[in-house]
Amino acid sequence: MARQGSARRKLVTTVIAWTFGLAIFFPILWTVLTSFKTEAEAIASPPSFLFFHWTTENYAEVQSRSNYFGHFMNSVVIAFGSTFAALAIAIPSAWAMAFSPTKRTKNILMWMLSTKMMPSVGALIPVYLIFRDTGLLDTRTGLVIVLTLINLPIVLWMLYTYFKEIPGEILEAARMDGASLIKEIVYVLTPMVVPGIASTLLLNVILAWNEAFWTLNLTTSDAAPLTAFIASYSSPEGLFYGKLSAASTMAIAPILILGWFSQKQLVRGLTFGAVK
Amino acid sequence: MATGHTHSAARLMMAPSVVLLLAWMIVPLAMTAYFSFLRYNLLMPGEEVFTSLANYQFFLTDPAFFSALINTLLIVLGVLVITIIGGIGFALLLDQPMFGQGIVRILVIAPFFVMPTVSALVWKNMFMNPVNGLFAWIARSLGLEPFDWLANAPLLSIILIIAWQWLPFATLILLTALQSLNEEQKEAAEMDGAGPISKFIYIILPHMARAITVVILIQTIFLLSIFAEILVTTNGGPGVESTNLTFLVYTQALLQFDIGGASAGGIVAVVLANIVAVFLIRFVGKNLEA
Repeated sequence: MARQGSARRKLVTTVIAWTFGLAIFFPILWTVLTSFKTEAEAIASPPSFLFFHWTTENYAEVQSRSNYFGHFMNSVVIAFGSTFAALAIAIPSAWAMAFSPTKRTKNILMWMLSTKMMPSVGALIPVYLIFRDTGLLDTRTGLVIVLTLINLPIVLWMLYTYFKEIPGEILEAARMDGASLIKEIVYVLTPMVVPGIASTLLLNVILAWNEAFWTLNLTTSDAAPLTAFIASYSSPEGLFYGKLSAASTMAIAPILILGWFSQKQLVRGLTFGAVK
Repeated sequence: MATGHTHSAARLMMAPSVVLLLAWMIVPLAMTAYFSFLRYNLLMPGEEVFTSLANYQFFLTDPAFFSALINTLLIVLGVLVITIIGGIGFALLLDQPMFGQGIVRILVIAPFFVMPTVSALVWKNMFMNPVNGLFAWIARSLGLEPFDWLANAPLLSIILIIAWQWLPFATLILLTALQSLNEEQKEAAEMDGAGPISKFIYIILPHMARAITVVILIQTIFLLSIFAEILVTTNGGPGVESTNLTFLVYTQALLQFDIGGASAGGIVAVVLANIVAVFLIRFVGKNLEA
């Protein structure tokens, strides 16, 4: 009897949860569906939900009429470039803070986090002017520099919380056993550090991929990543729902998949380990 | 192990990030502060003169500033209310036993990964458009007059779009917190005859308190400087109805080329964010102790 009741309850919960889940997901689903319609069907009223003439012409159009691939590559270079640069700068620092802390370490960490709180708009004008004068406006290099600095505190914090969890005794034990420095690094440290670095990388690629304030303000065409490219559809061109949807689908698909894989790290990274 | 030698090595390893962040913090901010005291327009180069607090006076007495300030706060509060209440609801729902829990979870968190410009455009055109939008079709199907969302309720529309993007974040954090709640504690409460409501108020809510605070603080930081959603949907309009501080500074700087006035606005935004940040830093600091 009780089991039957809980089975029914589970069924009801399932229906409710799926209804709400699909409702939240619907705009994304709708975008993907629309991207496979002809423009006439995309704008038709009443809208067709599944029974339409499936076509990939919008994808071909987006690719041939605009340099979609170029913008995609800009996004890749900027997101990964800034993440790798931030990692290169942050790994030694986080390492030092986790394994050789001083009294000031915590204050330094706090201060670093506080730079993240500064609204970008307070820095926009000087950065814009400096970039204009140094020719960095609308270049990938310029955006990589800015996004590296913006994400550096988060990268540092994430790495710090991961490194902090590695027990120092393991290192000492390895040393006692007479492991050479190289062996220590290859066999002891790397396997413990790589997962933390990998999830930090993943989260920051997601953040950098979707960053819009700086990409919109510092690029026009050459270095414009997908965030800025999509924004150009806010002109009357946006009324071509099929093409808008195809471009949008291509812009969000890679990062959506990455994001789904890194849910757990996301919680940890975005809350600096405050919620477990 | 911690010898003077390792400490100096540690300092060396930390130097690049400390120096870079210090420069990133000080240089732009100092320049913004400096510009904010100048009469400086990009269209009139070479005519920069010191004007003391005139820019601040101009910016702070501009009626647009007051509405931008109110809009900024309304966006933050509106989105917070929707995402916290919705997030608690979703977290409770997703914590129940069900079929396909993992898939539902994936569906719910998806909007968080959609870039702001895409979500703004999709909502603007495919949902809120008064002629071809899905909402207009639903209204017509029900025999109602379609509502022009972005023209008649621009701020509300923007709040809804942003709330859709941030609801997954709140849900994810709150669900994580909820799942760390001790199952035995819930059972014990049930044994003692606690109904679902008192269980929620006395056990679940206090357990989620910390996560809720984290969500509020982190979202506030991001929501204070919303930009892309406004740029793509309403461009701040009609008038300044959907302009927030970030957007106001942007229009002043890059559209009106008034570097002095915009810098004063930038400094005001920094001050506002710092008031919020003080609380966040304290809070995270406390967590680090634990």
